[in-house]
Amino acid sequence: MSASAPALTLVVEREMPHPPEKIWRALTQGQLIQEWLMTNDFQPVVGHRFSFRATPVKNWSGVIECEVLVVEPHARLAYTWGALGPGSTVTWTLTPTEGGTHLRMEQTGFESESGANYKGASYGWKKFIGNLERVVEGLE
Amino acid sequence: MTLANPNHVFRALSDPTRRAIFEELTRHGEQTVHALTRYAGVSQPAVSKHLTVLKRAKLVRHRRDGRETHYRAQADALAPMVDWLDRYGAFWRERFDKLEGLLNRMEP
Repeated sequence: MSASAPALTLVVEREMPHPPEKIWRALTQGQLIQEWLMTNDFQPVVGHRFSFRATPVKNWSGVIECEVLVVEPHARLAYTWGALGPGSTVTWTLTPTEGGTHLRMEQTGFESESGANYKGASYGWKKFIGNLERVVEGLE
Repeated sequence: MTLANPNHVFRALSDPTRRAIFEELTRHGEQTVHALTRYAGVSQPAVSKHLTVLKRAKLVRHRRDGRETHYRAQADALAPMVDWLDRYGAFWRERFDKLEGLLNRMEP
């Protein structure tokens, strides 16, 4: 799913001087997740539905509905991220390096595993965005 | 980052028919509701409804000319998507900082 929609894929990555096992704990243990991300009822179990809860603000309940998609201990973790319109997918990849771990977070918009909203689209999203960018460039 | 504003553009484009109509407008320029109805292959009221949603999301704009209404794509239609990337980018970088802080405090 990672390479299919480059225009709406956000990647944040960083070298961290900690082993993958330790980072994995911070990414998958509810108490620890809460310390750097949000209150949650996460479980590292594929298919588990959970939510992140931030402080509600105007026009937003602060709840992000999620579902675990991938659990590969110490290597890869993915969940859907149901906030702000059709869902996106958040994928964490941990790669061991000499000094620790290369941590990569990829958030891909417009892709939803449950996908009810836009299954049946007759063309790919990537193509659509590609066309759109071309046209918008032409307009400006 | 403020997560307060649900992205109308995402919603508007989550429907395949709306996406098709919008893509048609970006590809072939201004068109009448009649032409779009022929293109979309759904009823004119349905097309009008879709156009209303697209208009609300500021993806298209319209002008009246006699009895016909013409629609065209907005030039800055992609801006909200860029904004989405910017805002989530800032959000995750801040969270990465917090994660690093936590890792430094954690037992090995």
